[in-house]
Parts: sequence; C-alpha cells; structure tokens
Amino acid sequence: MQFFLEVLLGGLLSGVMYALVALGYVLIFKASGVFNYAQGAMVFFAALTCVGFSEMGMSLWLAAPLTMLVMVALALATERIVLRPLVNQNEITLFMATIGLTFFIEGLAQLVWGSQVHPLELGIEDVPLQWMLDRTGIAVSQFDLIAALICAILVAALAVLFSKTKIGRALRAVADDHQAAQAVGIPLQYIWAVVWTVAGFVALVAGLLWGSRNGVQFALTFVALKALPVLILGGFTSVPGAIVGGLIIGASEKLAEVYLGPMVGGGIEGWFPYVLALGFLLVRPEGLFGEKIIRRV
Amino acid sequence: MFYREAGQFKTSYDADSQIFPIRQDRIGVALMLAVAFVVVPLVATPYVFSAILIPFLIFALAALGLNILTGYAGQISLGTAAFMAVGAFASYNFVLRIPGIPLLVAFVLGGLCAAAVGILFGLPSLRIRGFYLAASTLATQFFVVWCLTKIPWLTNNSSSGVITAQKLEMFGYAFESPASKYLLVLCIVLVLALAAKNMVRCSIGRSWMAIRDMDVAAEVIGFRPMRTKLTAFAISSFYCGVAGALYAYAYLGTVEPEAYNLDLSFRILFMVMIGGMGSILGSFLGAAFIILLPIFLSQFAHGFGLPNSIASNLEAMVFGALIIFFLIVEPHGLARLWQIGKEKLRLWPFPH
Amino acid sequence: MAIAARKSGDVILELSNISLSFGGVKALTDISFDVREHEIRAIIGPNGAGKSSMLNVINGVYRPQQGAIRFHGEVRTDMNTHDAARYGIARTFQNIALFKGMSVLDNIMTGRNLMMKATFIEQAIYFGRARREEMEHRRRVEQIIDFLEIQHIRKTPVGRLPYGLQKRVELARALAAEPKMLLLDEPMAGMNVEEKQDMCRFVLDTNDQFGTTIVLIEHDMGVVMDISDRVVVLDYGKKIGDGTPEEIRANPAVISAYLGTVH
Repeated sequence: MQFFLEVLLGGLLSGVMYALVALGYVLIFKASGVFNYAQGAMVFFAALTCVGFSEMGMSLWLAAPLTMLVMVALALATERIVLRPLVNQNEITLFMATIGLTFFIEGLAQLVWGSQVHPLELGIEDVPLQWMLDRTGIAVSQFDLIAALICAILVAALAVLFSKTKIGRALRAVADDHQAAQAVGIPLQYIWAVVWTVAGFVALVAGLLWGSRNGVQFALTFVALKALPVLILGGFTSVPGAIVGGLIIGASEKLAEVYLGPMVGGGIEGWFPYVLALGFLLVRPEGLFGEKIIRRV
Repeated sequence: MFYREAGQFKTSYDADSQIFPIRQDRIGVALMLAVAFVVVPLVATPYVFSAILIPFLIFALAALGLNILTGYAGQISLGTAAFMAVGAFASYNFVLRIPGIPLLVAFVLGGLCAAAVGILFGLPSLRIRGFYLAASTLATQFFVVWCLTKIPWLTNNSSSGVITAQKLEMFGYAFESPASKYLLVLCIVLVLALAAKNMVRCSIGRSWMAIRDMDVAAEVIGFRPMRTKLTAFAISSFYCGVAGALYAYAYLGTVEPEAYNLDLSFRILFMVMIGGMGSILGSFLGAAFIILLPIFLSQFAHGFGLPNSIASNLEAMVFGALIIFFLIVEPHGLARLWQIGKEKLRLWPFPH
Repeated sequence: MAIAARKSGDVILELSNISLSFGGVKALTDISFDVREHEIRAIIGPNGAGKSSMLNVINGVYRPQQGAIRFHGEVRTDMNTHDAARYGIARTFQNIALFKGMSVLDNIMTGRNLMMKATFIEQAIYFGRARREEMEHRRRVEQIIDFLEIQHIRKTPVGRLPYGLQKRVELARALAAEPKMLLLDEPMAGMNVEEKQDMCRFVLDTNDQFGTTIVLIEHDMGVVMDISDRVVVLDYGKKIGDGTPEEIRANPAVISAYLGTVH
C-alpha cells in the first residue's frame, strides 16, 4: 500500500510537469488555433540557451531573464515570419508549419550551443522529503514537490490571465474567429506575439525544471511527446483539462510501468499514455473538457 | 513551341482519360523510362546506386503511400515508419518461417500485414480527426517499435531486435550488385506507382478526395466514411510496408527496429509536403529533393571545412525553413511548380 | 406555365411528429408533412426556423429524437445518410459543399459512385470492368454536363469557379446520382436575377424531364410561389402552414409570422 502511494504520488507530481508542457500547447491553440508541435523544441531551446548563458559565467538569475528576452525575440520572429503569412490557412497547414519550426529551432539550438549534454543545477536537491518519510514512510522527492508548486502557481496565474484580464478576452476572441476579431479592432499580430511569448516563458520554466533532473539535452524535446496524450485526454482548448489530463497521465503511466510493465518486458511508458488517451477518445471524442461538436451543413 | 497540344483531338472518352493525354508528355515519359532502365545502369557508379538511386526509389514509394493517406484521403499520419517496420519485419519472418517462399510473395505478405496494422490504427480516424488523429498516429509509431524490441519472436530472438535481411533472391537470380538491386526496386516501384495513379483517377480515388474535401457531402452522395478511410489506411500502409521491406532488403541489409523511428516518419512527411500533397509525381520529386539536399549540404559544409555535427544541424534548419517556405509560397509543392512550368511552356514563346 | 399540366402522384415520403434538439435547444418540434411523387415541395420560413435541419433529418445527417420517417415503403425512426443515398435521395447544400480539390468532372462523377461496382484491385490495374465503368458513367455525366450547360468548365478545379457556377456544379453532382428525390437547400441564394432564372429553368426541367421529386428551401417568395406545387411553412421549429401557394398566401398565421412584412 505504501509502495502504491509512493508510485502514485511520484506519478502525480510528474503529471504536474506534463501539465505544464501541455499548457504551452493549450495557450497557443486557444489563441491562434495552431497546434504548436514546436512547443517541445521551445522547451529544449529555452533550457539550452539558459544553460549556455550560465556556462559563459553568468549567474542563473541573470541568465534566465536574458533567455526570456531571446524567447520574446523568437516569439516575434515566429509571428512575423511564420504565422502572419499563413493567417486564415487551414489548421493542418499551420500544424505542418510548426513541424518545420520544430526542426529549425532544434537545429539552431544545437548549432549555437553544441549537442553535448549540459548539466544544470537549480540548487534544489532531489532527495526524499524527510518529515514526510518520518511520519508516513512515503518517499516523495523534495524537488518534485517544489517543481509541482511552481507549476501550480504558473497554472493559476495563466488561468487568471485568460479569464479575468482584457488581454485574455482578446485572446479568446482571436481564438474563436481571426477575421471577426480583426474586424472589431483586436490587433491580431500583437495578440499572437503575446501568446507565443507566454508560451516561451512556460517553455523556459518547464525546460529548467526538466533539464535540472537529467541534464539539458536533445531528449528534452521528447517531453513534448509526453504532453500530447495529455492534450488528447484534456482537450486542446481547456486549461483545467491540461491539468487534470496531466495528473491522470502521470499517475497512470507510472502505475502501469510498475505494475504492468514487468509482465510485458518494461518500457511501456512510451506508448501507454497514448493508448489510454486513445481509448478514452473513442468514448468521448471531444476530450475531458472539450465542447461537443455539432456538424452544421 | 514544341510543347503544344494543338491538333491533338480526342475522339473518345477513353482517349480523354489517359494518364498522359498530351503526346509530348508520352514521349517524355518514354524517354525517362529508357534512361532509367538502360542508360542509368550503364553509367552509374555503385555509390550512386546505393547512396542515391535505391534510397530515392524506396522513399518515393513510402512517400507515395503516405500521400495516398494524407494527400488524397486527408488523414494526417505521423506513423509512416511504423508501417514500414511492420512490412520489413513481417517479410523477414515469412521468409524465415516458411521455407521456400518466393521473396516477392513475402514482400506482398509483409505489405498485407502492414495493411492490417494500418486498418487497426486507422480505426480511431472514424471518431477523431485533425490533430487528435495526428497525435494518435504517434501511438502507432511508439507501439510498433516497442513491440519489435520487446517481443523476441518477431526478431528471431536476436539481441536488441537487430535482424539481418535474407539474401535478395528472386526467380533463381541473386540480386547482389547494386545495379541489379536498383533495377528490381525500380520495377516494383513503377508497378505500384502505376497502380496508385489508376486508383486515384477511379472511383476509389474520388472517394478519398471527397472525404478529404467535404466529409458530410461525401457521406450524403453515398460514400461510406468508414470504408473509405479504412481503405485509404490499408492501401497506404501496404505501400509503406512494401517500401519498408525494400528498405531492409535492398538498402540496409542489417536492420534494427530503431531504424524505423519517428525521424523517418517525419522525413517521409516532408517528402510529401515538399513534393506535393495529392500528387503521385510529387512523391517522387519530394523524395529526390530530400535525398539530394543532405548530400548537397554535407558537400557544402565539407567545402568550407565545417565539422559533420554542424552540417547535420544545418540540415535540420534548412529542412525546417524549407517546409515553412513551401507552405507559405507554394502549398502544393514541387509538383505544382512543375505544372505551372508546363502551362507556361504551352504558350512559350508566344504568350498571347 | 406548365405547373397545371404536371400531375402529382402518390405520397412517397411521409414525416410524422419529428422532433429534433441539440442539447437543450429545440430545432424542430413535432413536425409532420408528406411529399408526393413528381411534385415540387417548398419549405419556407424565417431564418433559424429549422428548414435546413428538416432536410438534414430527411437524408439522415441529423437523427431526430422523436418521430417516424416513411420512405420507400418502410417506416423507420431515423434515416442514415447511406440508406438515403441508396434509396435515391440526393441534395445540394446551403453553403456550397463541393469537393474543392477536384475538377468539375470528378465532382460530378462522385455522384455515380453507388452505381460503380469494380473492386479496388480492378481499379488499380484499370482493366476490364473498372475501365468500362469509367467510360459508361463518363457518358452519362457528359449528358448532365450538357443539360446544365457547363461543358466549357468540365476540367476546371471547382475552387476556381464563381459562385453561381459552383451552385450549378453542385446540382449536377446531385443529378448524376439519378435521384428519385432531390433536396435543394437555397439553390438560388446570392444569385442575381439572370442566374435565378437559369436555376429555376434547371429545376423545372429536372422535374419535368426526369420526373424527379423536388424538396426545395428558398427565401425568394416570387420563385417559391411560381414553381412549387405545395408549400410547408416553418417558424421557430414548428409547422405553421401547409398547402398550395394560394392557400399559403391566404393563411393568416403565415402572413403574421412571415409574409406580413411583404404585403
């Protein structure tokens, strides 16, 4: 039982991290209708740039804001060069453009900073939380807890941004209908740049948290692949969906790996979340929190 | 001036529905075939065969398969390499376990296995579309490669799933020289490409495009969405499966499951996007482009004395930038540019 | 006009007590009416009255929660699109629903799909039955192309055509199926007077020459009163009138709900 709880908690905490990455997708999807495949590449790019700066001798407190500036530049460039010429194209075209963007960003990051593994130290130790271990006998990583806490704060802030502010309303308007939003005077380009910047910020946080566990390396881009089943489960447009989906995927993935994995030879983390999400999708095609689609003809 | 169809009248619907209705095109195609079958085997070096021509043909076949699914039927897939893997490993097992089975039959059976897997993973397409489908085809990708690494029976108990493809022998002839392998692959690819062209101009091709363009209207006119999508998945996977088998037998020789990874899927998707969605010719143009570009880039990097790692990163950037460029400037890819060129040529040199 | 000479036959489609709702929104409430063979039956009503939903129920795009549909001598609670197509119900759409990536010819050829029997293997080798079928159906399709006077654009991708011609191609696609019953959803919307006249002529000719039963949604009252044999009036998902154009003109409920603004 104790072991079960330990696995479950560990899964839920890593689920929060998945949720954070998934949130980057949701943000961009909500505001521009683009399924941004490049989110994983952005996580990698942000983490690598930050580490690169700190390896040049900067402290993390300087490197992080500087990286943020780079992410802003990236967001602006993406909006200008990729999104603006493709405005009002169908969604599959935009999706494919972001696949192109993925390759470009990955290539660029490694071209500038090299492709070796860069260690990253945030100053949070990855040790079991002592008082919890003492009282309940369950080992929970201190690092995981803090990471989850940071994610939770970020998620809450984004939820407020989306639902309560003027810019949030503009974002939702743009998401509903580009042309209509433009017609009432919402500056589309500006909104997109803002959203991509926020997504860049989310990517930076996610990149630093993930990167400090296994080092900053190309494998970080695979984090994005973890976030996809979360999106399928939670729906592409729902912030709460991303969170709940992340938790479900995180927990079930770890439980499956521990209890189901040995029976079939292990390594099922790679596809189990997808199968879970797919099975769910067959029952409810619009996801956990998505809206039901009515076909109009 | 030379590319005019004036004076070529069609007197039957049959003549009007030919693949190449214009006489000059037919002459051009005949010349191309003559070059491919006679001139190339005489002049090409073994390097050209095994580094350029054979992979070009194999990738063109895989791109053709993906084009049927994505370009014609509008179902986006990121799992092409998985279907190729199924074709390769299934063929391997058929040859291994059924003594005396002709290799060509094994390839076909391998393709059919891929088609079966395609149908299985195509089932979600009935309920979900667009990105959801794209994301779910990733499941195919991971699941198939995982199966091949974890189930020893599939790879004849070899360590970490590496197999060595059996000798390429057909009709009592061993295809060992690069030139002979090239000719074999060329024949298979041409036959399948012709079949694909025939399908897309007949009822089944129209059903795919109808579902792609307007699914409700397609349903109302009498197409069954389930059957249409699943035939697209099956036929597309069959093509990919055969391509995967050729990739193992005529190109790699020794194969590990990881050879069919997500990167390969993306590479083939790029071929389709750059070559032209919904175009048979585009699959070939895209494959040629994606094969030649890295060679060109590495020559270029070499010329400037840049290390290999830089060249490969540069390659990723150029691929990415090109995809975006084509999507913005010419979403129908090289095939469309070719078509525009031909239309211009019809008028040249008197444009009025 | 020829209307008087045309004779309506037996009832071939009967809808009884159809109710349809999406979530909590009621689109259709307890609607019953019938359609006779060879007649032109119009459905009119203000925007949002449920006219398109009505057509969608008839050919199975929507499934009503209540009611029964009798077609082809069979009573059922709902239709499905494939059965509808097989029984010979074809339709056009309010917002043109052509296959944008295909040529005019290919679009119309899709209308013949239920009559093509060649397997995909035969199609892949393009030999024997597959080729013969292509040619036979091409011949029929060319007749429809002649009938609708669109010979000059047969190889053009439909995406490049102007609106009026697209509407005509959509009609051609529906006619290619040789339907017993044709559902037309605002076939004249957005057209100028000349295009409307052409379209009226095609609709009447179809009705006359092929004996096709036509169910028509149209906003242009002049057109509706001129060409239809009987009219159903919907308002807020309810039926408020049913009868010949003359009866509808005189119906007080209809006048107050809808026509009142005209005269």
